[in-house]
Amino acid sequence: MSTQVHADQFIDAKGQMCPMPILTLKKAWKDVAVGQIVAIAATDQGAKRDIPTWAEVMGATVLEMTEEQGVLTFYLQKVA
Amino acid sequence: MADRMSIVLFSGTVDKLLAASILATGAAAMDMDVEIFLTTWGIEAFRKGAYKTNTRVSKDFEEYGSVMRELMAAKKAPTWWENLLGAREIGDVHIAACSMTLELFGLTLNDLESVVDEVTGVATFMERAKDSKVTLFI
Repeated sequence: MSTQVHADQFIDAKGQMCPMPILTLKKAWKDVAVGQIVAIAATDQGAKRDIPTWAEVMGATVLEMTEEQGVLTFYLQKVA
Repeated sequence: MADRMSIVLFSGTVDKLLAASILATGAAAMDMDVEIFLTTWGIEAFRKGAYKTNTRVSKDFEEYGSVMRELMAAKKAPTWWENLLGAREIGDVHIAACSMTLELFGLTLNDLESVVDEVTGVATFMERAKDSKVTLFI
């Protein structure tokens, strides 16, 4: 599945176990400017629910989610 | 004010330390403040250098201890110590050591890892815990 969303930054969290994907995301997030889009790829089984939940709490918008051969990729936009 | 999670960390076995460290990381990643109160075996786990050699697991499941260690190494799972340092890097994670336990064990703050911020008693923990959204005893 291909995407039309352009990411300003790509985080490869494949192979990382919980809680590393959200830890990595949170670390990167502080340097993301409002309006920018971060893509994060993860294979952790909990990520499908965890990343959208994290986004909701942090006030990020999930623009798109793709799933390909067990790899989930989320496109998150910083809105505030 | 940020939401807070408070943990009484009583255990010193790596299985329970791992659970506590993951919860602390999750809370910090979601902009929650984390208050950890170390007491009894939790103090033992934070003695200088102890995290490098501690391989204890809960008595009920001790026969799985070596298997768990092998799986964690094989799957490159972060240790409880790595999680905790990560949580402190991304969020406000405050760690206090129980004065009574230190007294009992003949220790001072200098005998503990530098991630431990201060020595307090139960009243200080209660004051910080009473407004917490999440409070756990591990």
